Amino acid sequence: MATSSSLDAKIPQGPIETKWSKYKSSVALVNPANKRNLEVIVVGTGLAGASAAATLAEMGYKVKAFCFQDSPRRAHSIAAQGGINAAKNYQNDGDSVYRLFYDTIKGGDYRAREGNVHRLAEVSGNIIDQCVAAGVPFAREYGGLLSNRSFGGTQVQRTFYAAGQTGQQLLLGAYSGLQRQVGMGTVKMYNRHEMLDVVNIDGKCRGIIARNLITGEVERHGGHAVLLCTGGYGNVFYLSTNAMGSNVTAAWKAHKRGAYFGNPCFTQIHPTCIPVSGDHQSKLTLMSESLRNDGRIWVPKKKNDTRPGNEIPEDERDYYLERRYPAFGNLVPRDIASRAAKERCDAGYGVGSSKLAVFLDFAAAVERYGKGEANKNNIANPSKEDITIWGKAVVKEKYGNLFDMYKQITGEDPYEVPMRIYPAVHYTMGGLWVDYNLMTTVPGLYALGEANFSDHGANRLGASALMQGLADGYFVIPYTIGSYLAKEIGTGKISTDHPEFVRVEKEVTDRIQTLMSIQGKTSPELFHRRLGQIMWEKCGMARNAQGLKEAIVEIRALRKEFWKDVKVMGGKNEFNPELDKAGRVADFIELGELMCLDALTREESCGGHFREEHQTEEGEALRDDENFMFVSAWEHKFEEEWELHKEELVYENIKIAQRSYK
Amino acid sequence: MSAGNMHIKLKVWRQSNSNTNGGFEDYSLDGVSPDMSFLEMFDVLNEQLIEKGTEPVAFDHDCREGICGMCSMYINGQPHGPLRGVTTCQLHMRSFNDGDTIVVEPWRAEAFPVIKDLVVDRDAFDRVISAGGFVSVNTGNAQDANSLPIPKVDADESFAAAACIGCGACVAACKNASAMLFVSAKISQLALLPQGQAERSMRAEKMVAQMDAEGFGACTNTGACAAECPKEISLENIARMNREYIGAKLSSSNV
Repeated sequence: MATSSSLDAKIPQGPIETKWSKYKSSVALVNPANKRNLEVIVVGTGLAGASAAATLAEMGYKVKAFCFQDSPRRAHSIAAQGGINAAKNYQNDGDSVYRLFYDTIKGGDYRAREGNVHRLAEVSGNIIDQCVAAGVPFAREYGGLLSNRSFGGTQVQRTFYAAGQTGQQLLLGAYSGLQRQVGMGTVKMYNRHEMLDVVNIDGKCRGIIARNLITGEVERHGGHAVLLCTGGYGNVFYLSTNAMGSNVTAAWKAHKRGAYFGNPCFTQIHPTCIPVSGDHQSKLTLMSESLRNDGRIWVPKKKNDTRPGNEIPEDERDYYLERRYPAFGNLVPRDIASRAAKERCDAGYGVGSSKLAVFLDFAAAVERYGKGEANKNNIANPSKEDITIWGKAVVKEKYGNLFDMYKQITGEDPYEVPMRIYPAVHYTMGGLWVDYNLMTTVPGLYALGEANFSDHGANRLGASALMQGLADGYFVIPYTIGSYLAKEIGTGKISTDHPEFVRVEKEVTDRIQTLMSIQGKTSPELFHRRLGQIMWEKCGMARNAQGLKEAIVEIRALRKEFWKDVKVMGGKNEFNPELDKAGRVADFIELGELMCLDALTREESCGGHFREEHQTEEGEALRDDENFMFVSAWEHKFEEEWELHKEELVYENIKIAQRSYK
Repeated sequence: MSAGNMHIKLKVWRQSNSNTNGGFEDYSLDGVSPDMSFLEMFDVLNEQLIEKGTEPVAFDHDCREGICGMCSMYINGQPHGPLRGVTTCQLHMRSFNDGDTIVVEPWRAEAFPVIKDLVVDRDAFDRVISAGGFVSVNTGNAQDANSLPIPKVDADESFAAAACIGCGACVAACKNASAMLFVSAKISQLALLPQGQAERSMRAEKMVAQMDAEGFGACTNTGACAAECPKEISLENIARMNREYIGAKLSSSNV
């Protein structure tokens, strides 16, 4: 493993407050006549992809958009529940662009880039304006104005929401904008198409190879720029809150064609998910962080206590987050809440049949809201039963759909007994390394949203993923892409007859042929499960050098076995989900190795990356700013070989400190 | 960890592609856990089929938490199965009994051709949205979000309509394969908001015209769509759409 530090993030000069506005007013423009001749390929149609595709088409570029689902509206952004942050200060609670910037850098454990994060905070308000204008029905107060709530890691109310379906409403807003352009003919939409490689010509990205998932046909698509808006890679763990189809393939192919991969080991384990119920489990379901506004997290004070939660008296409960972190209590950031749950369960205090769960309890909230209702309606001495009825009604209005989902999945009624929750893989802060322009190390190849590494450091705060996806797509890329495309106006149409297209297409079809011809004994699904087990055990919530070294050996062996023994049913020239899955699992296996290498190299604990060798006496993450205040950007060399490039992180506007939520 | 002990018999529609005829195949499954989701039960079936060297059943699914709208199984004559307000992915085997025979088919509608087995083509819905299911506002021109208060009741009603996940269960449930509930949900969402007013008439006309062009059937007010809708979209939306449409047609020189 060689290392070098030569990465230029191209952050504009000047004070942080003016970097973006000065950039915007000085970036090169492309005139309308030239825009018509420039083609942009957008891969993925989640918040980042749909908003980018729609906006670039509005501006006059020719856009081709791709998604593997049957409709762009299915992208997994749709499943985000809790909300989207914006520094609007509508609640008059002291919020500001600087505070959102500060909270995000601190929440990311001082491993994010100042310039990008400040820009994110600056445009956050525009996102809300844009979404409301597009008809997104956010929650409102009786006065008709927008409602806000709190999320972890903040002390203000800056989260906008639409019940527990915020991602759905935002995505449908972006999707409707995209479909409007499709109807106008300015975006050509390719549903059920999967990108299987990028094509670089003379050092610039010039297009992609995609497979039509219905016919199996492999297609060449040329463009002057390619935007990867393909989401995160949490499914490397097999079980995660990601959709079944979420995958790393597009990003991984780009990586193997020269795009560096940033901080691959930074994964977010979300503290409030429904626990695993059995070996049949195919995915995990999140219970929104918004529940921590009102729910209290606890375990019994006695080990192996098997009583139902509602039968354990108050003084035999350990509200461990409130005990350990009095300032933030149940609203500590996700990495901290997850580790605290793991600590209690590992120590023998877990609940439920698996003992891998803690309680999330709404009894106190029901009582508080019930009394509030009585007070509002001037009812003196209300009965306990009435308070409970009124309180439950308020809780239902706030979180009804989440409670229903919990009941549907577990068969238990969370209005009566406390929820059982446990941490699960949810989001990946790592991703393709990008500069301030969101361009990867391959000119003309961009990465937006969760697919890039840029804004969340080592831990993402709640309600910030939707913000980043829409910021990148609506408000950043439309400007930054101009600085590249302004130099492409003389290039002319990209011909897909170029020998590079022919060569890369052949590599893609050869690989498909290989996958189909192995005809071994093990399904792609079973390989995926085995990879997930290795990753969760050895590169999950807690990591150590020995485990990571073992994991690398095991993953390499798994990869070799995969290419000898995978069994792909069906044919290659037809609709074949098994073949799609096989290709994705093969890429996940390679990524798994790099994640372990990155985790092994980063000899510190920060955010979601917790190395057991590096912790304080109280069990908190112990950062090493002297030696590790950098972004790890990995360059793929050969099979099993990468070179580490470092982007040093410079903090000029925020004083770095040990992150404390006590 | 729950070890399953249910025994389930399945009759599943198998069809190679849109050009061939399909038919039912019988399968038998042991060791089904009541905690499994319906799709996880299909995962188990597929692993068994692969082991036997038979091609697994193709079905659409993605988020598996009831929100993406991709899963689409017609179970014992009901889209998304027996429960109200639930998608196939959120249906669990505890809703069935040991020894049950379960019949699983794809959505059936002329506008939703079968691609393979239980997978259908729902592009028609995207085209209906493209015809007018949006507010024409380009990025970058929006006024402050709080400059236009919207009464909470209107916002809530709009949100209830916007909860549609575009799965197509309404079409599958309807004897006429009508898409009125889907189309009316989008028309209602935007008609209830001030942002949707400028294009209100044109939207109703164009979306209805596209719906007809796609080959969806007419509405005869049986209400099966709303009864089967996993997001419990209300029939009131159809009434509102009819008002919007008639109002638009009375003054129209478009379409």
